[in-house]
Amino acid sequence: MKIEEQRTTFITVENLIGQVEKFRTDGYRLVQVNCTKIGEQFEINYSFEKEYTFENLRIVIEPETEVPSITGMFWGAFVYENEMHDLFGVQVRGMNIDFRGTFIRTSVPYPFKNPVFKGEGPCQEK
Amino acid sequence: MSRKIVMPFGPQHPVLPEPIHLDLVLEDEAVVDVIPSIGYIHRGLETLVAKREFTEYVYVAERTCGICSFIHGMTYCQGVEQVMDIEVPPRALYLRTIWSEYSRLHSHLLWLGLFADAMGFENLFMNSWRLRENVLDVLEDTTGGRVIQGSCKIGGVRKDISTEKLGIMAADLDDFESRLSELTEVFLEDDSIKSRLVGVGKLSRSEAYDLGASGPTARGSGVDIDIRKTGYAAYRDLRFTPVTETSGDCYARCAVRARELFGSIDLIRQAIEKIPEGEIDVKVKGNPDGEYFSRAEQPRGELVHYVRGDGSKHLVRSRIRTPTLTNIPPLIKMLRGCELADVPVVVLSIDPCIGCMER
Repeated sequence: MKIEEQRTTFITVENLIGQVEKFRTDGYRLVQVNCTKIGEQFEINYSFEKEYTFENLRIVIEPETEVPSITGMFWGAFVYENEMHDLFGVQVRGMNIDFRGTFIRTSVPYPFKNPVFKGEGPCQEK
Repeated sequence: MSRKIVMPFGPQHPVLPEPIHLDLVLEDEAVVDVIPSIGYIHRGLETLVAKREFTEYVYVAERTCGICSFIHGMTYCQGVEQVMDIEVPPRALYLRTIWSEYSRLHSHLLWLGLFADAMGFENLFMNSWRLRENVLDVLEDTTGGRVIQGSCKIGGVRKDISTEKLGIMAADLDDFESRLSELTEVFLEDDSIKSRLVGVGKLSRSEAYDLGASGPTARGSGVDIDIRKTGYAAYRDLRFTPVTETSGDCYARCAVRARELFGSIDLIRQAIEKIPEGEIDVKVKGNPDGEYFSRAEQPRGELVHYVRGDGSKHLVRSRIRTPTLTNIPPLIKMLRGCELADVPVVVLSIDPCIGCMER
């Protein structure tokens, strides 16, 4: 039995700001923003909720694509956008607080950009 | 006009159990702006999905946090179960609910103690943690672990609680509740505590909602959001009303947590009364192929575990969004305009869990 229905709408980067604005004016709150590497592309989910109705907007981008910031509509989104930049190397344009890669301090830059699966790393070959 | 100075707060500070750094922009003693920095204890737990099979990753998920480890493990398992359409036996769902509520009692009592300590009230700190020991004893008796329980798995739970033990737990709750009443009365009625908390670190309802506040931080400002209302685990069968306050200050956030302790006791009693007999797990076949945003109400607020599988034994992605991360923007709003001496109390009022936040 499903706990809750979760609808996902695929959109383009160009439509992102307009679609997020709609959620904002409809009274939704921002739940989270997350990035997933699928093949050579990045998939970014923007999740919203209103009265326990959970909705997602999804964009799929190439590594070099610049994504517009949604901090103009959801001020607190800078934590997710900086995190996305620091872990995956996704370029976000126009953040209200841009930490320029120092929000999550990692020993190597963009550690989630090229995950190494079990059996693929050098340790497994020894 | 006063000169502005920047004062660092943290990452090491007597009231901070974990490292977070705040650059406080001060004008005399008043905070006019705040710039947060995190990232001191990022462990990269999410990338371990590439190294651990999805059934093993529950151990990693549990170790995200040392306070609400059970709820992390349960939320992850719940996500995989939703992807794989696994019907978890009802008894396992009730056991998950009972352990979740004990985790909430443990977390809120830990926080009340730390909060008292931040205010310089040592005796109240010790009394809070003395009561917390009773909760840890129950968790240890029933799961084998005080901090990391390890009792949740995909498809159910690993351990059952006997009817006899459930009866003892229910009986013990009466005495525990009366001692809790004495403790929370001090937090809610004592004049020196009120003078330290009332009107400090205010966050209005609209600010809390717009900035994405979660858990007691949101409910202290009158935002009536509690993910338990979505009916995961056994919550759909139990009666409860989310605790809210309206003043949006440190006192309100403290009052929400104090009152939620009694809500958790009531939920545990209901769950013990209604728990059905039966199996505690089902066999898991195949690998997850799909995605789900699994949500649960942690003691600090809404927890999201995003799981994405591609039909192999390793998940493509695990993303853990913890309530502390989403409570950072509201914290900035609370701190603007407060006095320097109030900063420790305001920071602690969101119950920050940095290890959890940075994963």
